[in-house]
Amino acid sequence: MKRAILSDIHANLEALTACLAHAERQGAQAYAFLGDLVGYGADPHACLDLVRRHAADGAIVVRGNHDEAALGGLCADMSFIAREAAVWTRGQLAPDERAFLAGLPDSVAHAGAPAQLFVHASANRPTEWEYLAGTNAVARCLAATDAGLVFAGHVHQPLFYFSARGRMTAFAPQPGIAVPISTSRRWLALAGSVGQPRDGNPAASYLLYDDALRLLTNHRVPYDWLRAADKIRAAGLPASLAARLEHGA
Amino acid sequence: MNSLVADHQVLEPFRAGSMAELFVVASPDGERRLLKRPKLGFGSHPACYAGFETEQMILARLSGPHVPRCHAQGEDDAGPWLILEQVAGPSLEAIAAGAPLPPAEVARLGLLLADALHALHRQDVVHHDLTPAHVLLDPARGAVLIDFGLACHGGLPDLAGAETDSALGAPAIIAPEQLLGRRGDPRSDIYAAGAILYRLATGRYPFGDARNAWDMQRRRWFDPVPPRRLNPDVPAWLQEVVLRCLAVRPERRYASAAQLAHDLAHPDQVAIGARGRQARRGGLRLALRRWWAERALAGAVPATPTLQLERAPHVLVAIDTDHHDAALAAALQLAVRRLVAHDPHWRITCIGVLEPSIVTEQEEGAEIERSLHTAQLAALHHWARPLELPRERLRFHVLTGGDAAALIVDHARRAHADHIVVGARGSSALRRFLGSVSARVVAEAPCSVTVVRAPFAPDAY
Repeated sequence: MKRAILSDIHANLEALTACLAHAERQGAQAYAFLGDLVGYGADPHACLDLVRRHAADGAIVVRGNHDEAALGGLCADMSFIAREAAVWTRGQLAPDERAFLAGLPDSVAHAGAPAQLFVHASANRPTEWEYLAGTNAVARCLAATDAGLVFAGHVHQPLFYFSARGRMTAFAPQPGIAVPISTSRRWLALAGSVGQPRDGNPAASYLLYDDALRLLTNHRVPYDWLRAADKIRAAGLPASLAARLEHGA
Repeated sequence: MNSLVADHQVLEPFRAGSMAELFVVASPDGERRLLKRPKLGFGSHPACYAGFETEQMILARLSGPHVPRCHAQGEDDAGPWLILEQVAGPSLEAIAAGAPLPPAEVARLGLLLADALHALHRQDVVHHDLTPAHVLLDPARGAVLIDFGLACHGGLPDLAGAETDSALGAPAIIAPEQLLGRRGDPRSDIYAAGAILYRLATGRYPFGDARNAWDMQRRRWFDPVPPRRLNPDVPAWLQEVVLRCLAVRPERRYASAAQLAHDLAHPDQVAIGARGRQARRGGLRLALRRWWAERALAGAVPATPTLQLERAPHVLVAIDTDHHDAALAAALQLAVRRLVAHDPHWRITCIGVLEPSIVTEQEEGAEIERSLHTAQLAALHHWARPLELPRERLRFHVLTGGDAAALIVDHARRAHADHIVVGARGSSALRRFLGSVSARVVAEAPCSVTVVRAPFAPDAY
């Protein structure tokens, strides 16, 4: 079965619908949403609606730091712009949407060969939202779980890590090229961001994992980022959030 | 050991190498195939498993006549396995035992090897362990490359490379940059092909068997002994080709195996430089300069195989010298100039077509044809002159036959052309009479085709 793994949607409806349509064409039958469903973007309702419908059909959904920020709190570790977006999002959410976000787990384990773990930031103390930047952070994440294959987001850049000689080696996946996931190694896959890519490529990023063939593919999907950016400006959100969609940075 | 793997009956042991064991198996419909398993367990090299994983990963993605077919792969209680096609034919190692071979034979074998290598590189894979034992010569298919345990795919994780910090490859054949741990450059395989050609031509490898560290490392700074000194029968063009493959710096080698194949197929077109004529190798001063250059270059990242090939296109330009049209010739020149403007390692072959004359049966007919051939060649050179391109990058061929489109397409296939540039016949009367060569080339070519039309002259209105 093929599962689409979508992370860091950030209330970007154009990107989300483009990725879901792409995944469906690729034959995806299951879904996982790795958190940061909202925050930054102008379409929290529509995005949450789509994710909740998939969740009702059995999709895996975990909570991200921006989902947490949308529920309340000081957001002391967030940038000024992220905080402004979080405050805007708080004002938008209906009670049932808040309840959905509040009820999300920090991580979800999924049996299989290899066993999988879905988490927003790191398996190591998930709610501390550690960025998996570099092999040390990746090693800490993998030490906290037995899963052979960890899916994470938060970093907004697709990147794979595999174990060799007891350490983790980074590998930048090429879009559309399926990478075989061997059970003899441990793997960590950063999904990149659907709604706010930051690696210089404005196309939305998601992963597709075929658990029968054990093949993992990163896909980059072009979408109408001009429209998503216009909506951000029209909503009165910080203009820089619109500009970065157009540059993917 | 199971006697049945993926419905294949295990018949007998075939061969055991240092890293893997092979067994002959029979498929459900009785075809003989090979079962390959890595040597695991106490004392086995840690790279065994990674090498096998690499081979499983890469063979599953390769296709074509120059690699063995991978019928099935998987894992059972005894470890991972592969079921591969059993390729016929002797290995190049068996043939190399008789070296030095006659130059024509070296060129023939080298051409088969280079064709296979280019087919591999086009699939974004570098072999990295090319030895005569890993080249099988199938009479029907040409060279078939085997053993992909050290290979590297431009779009997949480098599992073999991540497994060790030491150099991976056969000591006698390994390229200098591989000794520095640089992987993924198809020109490393071109170095290996050069080392194999060197052995076929002289009976020994460029730096001997390289049993010690010094013999292995000195190729980073020193030249091998020129093949003509070891075997005076080696012609200058072959020495030029072999030493170009063996250049220390990858950018001084052939930019693609297709270019190597092309030179081996057309020795008369090889521009012989100092390398081809030299009787002595470079001395200590050159070695010191290379030592310094290597330090300055440390950390250079090679492109993926595909990117490297994209920068080394082979462009065929079909030129109709019989119906000369100055405007069309100029338009063709402009098109060629634009095509190669951004690619540093291009090669251009200018092609003319000679229709066989009815008198060739007779003796004077053959002479007439020879002179027509020479005239065509001169016309091709004349066409290329205004481009002011280095002679070394240009090749000229006159093809003989009645069907120009078929000749051009066939030549493009054999020469691994990446692009064909062909002129459209301007006058519709001529087109009606002769048919459109360009339209057929577009329809049948194995690569991209640019059809060039001369700008309309005012009097056409």
